[in-house]
Amino acid sequence: MTALSLAFTKDLFASVMLTGIYSLLSAGFFVLMDAVDVAFTEAAVGAGISTILMLTTLTMTGRFENRKLHHPKIALSVVIVTGIMLVMGTVDMPAFGSPSAPAQTHVAPYYIQQSAQDIDIPNIVTSVLASYRGFDTFGEVVVVFTAVIGVLALLEFARVERADSEKPVPMLQHKILRIVSKILIPPIMLFALYVQFHGEYSPGGGFQAGVIFASSIILYAMLFGIEQTRKAVSVPVVKVLSALGVLIYGSVGIASMLNGGTYLNYSVLAENDVTGQHIGIIVIELGVGITVATAMILIFLTFARRIGKTEEETA
Amino acid sequence: MNFLEQYNYWIVILLMMSGFYIVIAHGNLVKKLMGLTIFQTSVFILYISISKVIGGTAPILDDQYEVYTNPLPHVLILTAIVVGVATTALGLALAVRIKEAYGTVEEDVIQEKDLQQEGSTE
Amino acid sequence: MIQHLPILQVIIPLLAAPICFILREAKLVRWFVLLANIMAFVVSIMLLQQVNVHGTLVYTLGGWEAPIGIEYRIDELNAYLLILVTSISTVTLMAAGSSLNKEMKESKQTYFYIAYMLCLTGLLGILATGDAFNVFVFLEISSLASYTMIAMGNDRRSLWASYQYLIMGTIGATFILIGIGLMYMMTGTLNMHDLAERLVEVEQTKTVFTAFAFFLVGVCLKLALFPLHLWLPNAYAYAPSIATVFLAATATKVAIYILLRFIFSVYGFEFSFSHLPLTEILVSLGLVGIIAASIVAIYQTNVKRLFAYSSVSQIGYMILGLGIGNKTGLTATLLHLFNHALMKSAIFLALAGVVYRIGNVNIKNFAGLGRQMPWTMAAIVIGGLSLIGVPLTVGFVSKWYLVLALLENGWWPIAVLVLVGSLLAIAYIWRIVEVAYFKAPLQNNQSHKEAPPAILIPAWIFVIANFYFGIDTSFTAGLSERTAELLFGVVK
Repeated sequence: MTALSLAFTKDLFASVMLTGIYSLLSAGFFVLMDAVDVAFTEAAVGAGISTILMLTTLTMTGRFENRKLHHPKIALSVVIVTGIMLVMGTVDMPAFGSPSAPAQTHVAPYYIQQSAQDIDIPNIVTSVLASYRGFDTFGEVVVVFTAVIGVLALLEFARVERADSEKPVPMLQHKILRIVSKILIPPIMLFALYVQFHGEYSPGGGFQAGVIFASSIILYAMLFGIEQTRKAVSVPVVKVLSALGVLIYGSVGIASMLNGGTYLNYSVLAENDVTGQHIGIIVIELGVGITVATAMILIFLTFARRIGKTEEETA
Repeated sequence: MNFLEQYNYWIVILLMMSGFYIVIAHGNLVKKLMGLTIFQTSVFILYISISKVIGGTAPILDDQYEVYTNPLPHVLILTAIVVGVATTALGLALAVRIKEAYGTVEEDVIQEKDLQQEGSTE
Repeated sequence: MIQHLPILQVIIPLLAAPICFILREAKLVRWFVLLANIMAFVVSIMLLQQVNVHGTLVYTLGGWEAPIGIEYRIDELNAYLLILVTSISTVTLMAAGSSLNKEMKESKQTYFYIAYMLCLTGLLGILATGDAFNVFVFLEISSLASYTMIAMGNDRRSLWASYQYLIMGTIGATFILIGIGLMYMMTGTLNMHDLAERLVEVEQTKTVFTAFAFFLVGVCLKLALFPLHLWLPNAYAYAPSIATVFLAATATKVAIYILLRFIFSVYGFEFSFSHLPLTEILVSLGLVGIIAASIVAIYQTNVKRLFAYSSVSQIGYMILGLGIGNKTGLTATLLHLFNHALMKSAIFLALAGVVYRIGNVNIKNFAGLGRQMPWTMAAIVIGGLSLIGVPLTVGFVSKWYLVLALLENGWWPIAVLVLVGSLLAIAYIWRIVEVAYFKAPLQNNQSHKEAPPAILIPAWIFVIANFYFGIDTSFTAGLSERTAELLFGVVK
């Protein structure tokens, strides 16, 4: 399949595209497997953001790779041994899709049967994500925040100060594109907001909304140039927001502690347990959305700004 | 019969291993990261396969349906996807810096240059 | 607030990180980070007290009982390690200010401190949690933060080291993810306590075996067990000095904790040691690691790298103790976790002092330093003596237990090899001593002063701790013995 052909292409540009296609195909697979939320995220993140970042990197690192493989035989044997281990592991696995598999009978039924009572939100994935396993999600937001810190620490500081002469922006001349996208960007943002606040009923939530919102900014940046975007979106504000998202999430936890519950116990936030859960979930999803959106924007802008510099120096 | 029931997992394993192979065998830093992405995405497919219940529907409560697919692995994988993209972003940032510092993103060239540097500081 | 201690342990550094990002000013951030660290340290001490009084503490996050929700579960083992990690990170931070001022621009320091805090958060999160998937999430927080810290070194090789670590670390994490996924598949739960109960039913299946194998390999990549250690020497050698101190003293220790937790508490001693040839694998890898890494260490010219290889060999001792599979061996491992952290913090902090004055740690520049920087060099030498295992230092105590454990099983040839390892340690420590004390300083290196007190004092805190815990073993050995009993007790 795609993955296999990827192993053999030397053209990195094609590889990126194949990786993107692979992500998209797996997103399709996720839909087949009823994992709509996951599919949504994989399509936005795997096929969208990662691909853009990889392409941006390629413009800096060069398109073609060296043909030489490193100890292909050793690598192949390591891989084969690992593969055989895994295949061996499948022998005793419960049959695919079986409703009586341990994974389906232990904890999962609780979520499916009780979440209506406990939390009263149709989308069980959101309930589990935001409440039952809310702390994992908090951890995940922190991971995103860590990545931002990492990327900024690595790429924000230029070796040479930026020259004033603006590089020609690739797509500035396409008038139609600009107009179309000007029309498109607000709806994308609106859609992001819809996904943000409608996550309880349909697939979606903070992450997906964050990614979509970020992609609208990225689209803007691609069409109107990085510097223009940096003027439109104040970077220091974005930075503060990315930290604020984490803090919002964290302070919901503190609030529930102060109200006498354990950390991230939303039930204590209101008189009624279910209302408390709703408040908690909406607020933390907001925190997630803010951090993810700002994180993606920051990462992209930092990468894209670096291109200009590298090109100037190599030229 | 049992043989056929597992075929889905076998395909996943094949995918995983091709990603893993790219990571180990390729010398280009960006390519390695792509391999890593493939490897991770395949693990996600494994998790999602665990969650599937035949005859089940997406885990969004509705009166029409009785059987739902297990939502827990979905949640785990949502987390894992985000972790994955965070790692990729950081890895790419490193690749960019390496390109600037070494002038290349090929593993063997970098190692050569390192050896030279160590030789010259002796 | 007492009942919230387990979560506060993790939340304090976690929330401190984004606040730092808003504060921005490196000077401000520095004090704030130190404050948060001291708070975390106090919390960890209170936690140990609580555990001593009440036994295992369970804290349900979000108010959902495990296995529905995630829980924190603190027993003696993680209370002990929480103290280790927070204390070391606090003392290390005291030295961070001056060392960082020398090694990186002020504008970058804020990012470094944030990464440091996030790394600490990740490590504490791994230690405190009782949920297998939560381990993965916090592992990634600490990993991403440590890649960042390593890449902030001055040498361009730090970038390459960080990249290699990123690849190896992510492969490790993905292996762990596969392991956790397979465990979930067979049991339907992610909670460690629950896993332990439910794994018993399916422990004969190959899937569980595979899950265990993948998990082990993944963790061993993280803890740099020989031969999966390739990322470690460069990472430690080229990272900023403070990052080296922190990572060397804590990160691998936490990886060993994960190993202990899953071998003993989740899978259980029975499964780990009787269904698998775990003893043979761990003992032989540990031994090869001790000997091979020590030999490589002897030939290093970069002193930080020399001690990085020595870390790989010391990890071998810990794995060896674990592999022996009796209570004394486990005690030795736990003791060595603590003791090795003390030794390496002392040594790497002193090396941070050397970097501060000289700018690098090439061994030829050490010529004559014994006279020019007597206190700094003394700290390195005492740390070295402790590595060798000279009586009165902590190194002696843990080696003593290790040899006892080996003799308990009647494995005297291995005991002899352990002593050979110590001889090799003498060899690499001696190289430094020889250069530093018996060679005349180089022409251009005539006038080096002592390292600044801000670095020297924390380094000597560790040195004194090396002696203190070497002479009065009641705290560490007592706690390790009790923890070892606890871990073996879980089995039955």
